[in-house]
Amino acid sequence: MTRTSQWIHGWLLLLPAFVLLALFTHYPAVATLWHSFFSTQKGSRPVVFVGADNYRQLIDDPIFWQSLSNNFWYAVWTIPVSIVIALLMAVWVNDRIAGRGFLRLAYFTPTVLPMIAVANIWLFFYTPEYGLLERFTGALGFGTHNWLGSKSTALPALMVVTIWKEAGFFMIFYLAALQSMSPSLREAGAIEGASRWYFFRRVTFPLLMPTTLFVLVNAIINAFRLVDHVFVMTRGGPDNATALLLYYVYEIGFRFWDSAYAAALTVVLLAILGLVALAQFFFLERKVHYQ
Amino acid sequence: MTTVVQPMSGAMRILETGAAWLLGLLWVLPLLYAFWTAFHPAEFSTRFELLAPLTLENFTKAWAAAPFARYFFNTVVLVAMVLVAQMVLTTLAAYAFARFEFPGRNVLFALVLVQLMVMPDVLIIENYRTMTWLGLKDTILAIGLPYMASAFGIFLLRQTFKTVPRELDEAARMEGCTPLQVLWKVYVPLARPTYLAYALVSVSYHWNNFLWPLIITNSVESRPITVGLQVFSATDQGIDWSIITAATLLSTAPLLVAFLLFQRQFLQSFMRAGIR
Repeated sequence: MTRTSQWIHGWLLLLPAFVLLALFTHYPAVATLWHSFFSTQKGSRPVVFVGADNYRQLIDDPIFWQSLSNNFWYAVWTIPVSIVIALLMAVWVNDRIAGRGFLRLAYFTPTVLPMIAVANIWLFFYTPEYGLLERFTGALGFGTHNWLGSKSTALPALMVVTIWKEAGFFMIFYLAALQSMSPSLREAGAIEGASRWYFFRRVTFPLLMPTTLFVLVNAIINAFRLVDHVFVMTRGGPDNATALLLYYVYEIGFRFWDSAYAAALTVVLLAILGLVALAQFFFLERKVHYQ
Repeated sequence: MTTVVQPMSGAMRILETGAAWLLGLLWVLPLLYAFWTAFHPAEFSTRFELLAPLTLENFTKAWAAAPFARYFFNTVVLVAMVLVAQMVLTTLAAYAFARFEFPGRNVLFALVLVQLMVMPDVLIIENYRTMTWLGLKDTILAIGLPYMASAFGIFLLRQTFKTVPRELDEAARMEGCTPLQVLWKVYVPLARPTYLAYALVSVSYHWNNFLWPLIITNSVESRPITVGLQVFSATDQGIDWSIITAATLLSTAPLLVAFLLFQRQFLQSFMRAGIR
């Protein structure tokens, strides 16, 4: 094939995918930034350039700061906990443990179910007085508590659902990595008389580093992308205690129809995701390569 | 894989097995609870008696209370449409990145990877505007369109295509195959496991997707099952928990049954999709 024909083939093959990528990923990302400097059209009032007004509004908006901090704590708790549980699960079901088939199934099932359905089930689970949780705590002699209705427990209650749903998903990646690990490593460890914990700490865990990075990045993205359970379980309440950033974008954009302010909020979200991408690229990628 | 580093001491083994099982039970508990509630009359939804009568009434009531059949149909159309489009678009793009030399290849690939971070899920404001402009609001096509050119799919297939020996490619060229014929006859058949893996991940993603469909749809004719379920359970006047739980199980049933039947393939596919 000649060089020009290579070029033309390459470009033509890419064209259909790129039209859609440009239209629904690149353009909207840029347009979000652009529109965040304009006002929202309301009735007959035209759209005008407002400079940084939307961002000034953002800085003065306590709910924005609350949703940002909610999202921060949500990420800080759910990510490490689900990663540790995922790792434990993977190590267990990779071993010859009694009932391995059942355990794999049990751990992984929440992953294939829609968050929206799962949230319905958990909503019932948390229901004051009726729910299973209340029956359990009641039997232990504790008083009744509105888990999703009180400001101090609503966000942790959502975190539990997220951990429950994601741990099995992350387990899969660890399981895949464990299975591709050479058995001779274990044999060498056995000959050297390495204890199980020592072997895990010094051999298995370092070898799993690329997987951990991959899972970590996915977990961060999910922490900012997946807010379905907020819709079902709390609608951001009580008193914005469970408003996550994307949920707040939705409220501003599609309940109050203030698309310009919602664009400014989205820019913050995009900036966070951009930072994650940069961090992955510059710091982590080179430190964790073993293969 | 099966050799154990130091044979675990008996007590330790039992302890770990116990912990693994405790976690497993904890993980299925919410689902078992949902099954209990859905298959028993409302008065038993929180009373656990061994001999409580079983019933399907909650399911028939739920089915009658909302147009679930239509929602299912919409979801199936959506999932199938997205899958077919993704297969075609990602195959072509991955082939270009894997086997063609052209100016701008690296920049274009980086532009594809942007979508791994900036997913359509967070670009709801602008995509809504675009769909309004295109006149596609409240259609099934509008739900699927932003996801059709999938960076994840392009990445995954490109990796697979790169492992195909060049000799096979060249042999097919010698026989007089055009590039598209080579793609169809050499690359696609060899990448079959990757296609299966990607298909399962894609189907479960789009079956479960909620936020974007919620925003862009507004009628029974276009709503997928996730949004339908939410509309149904959010209007909670007079609807009891047994019926909502039944509806919830109903909406996940096809996926859950498929998963239980093909769990090996599911697990292996997710694993394959995860190794990059």
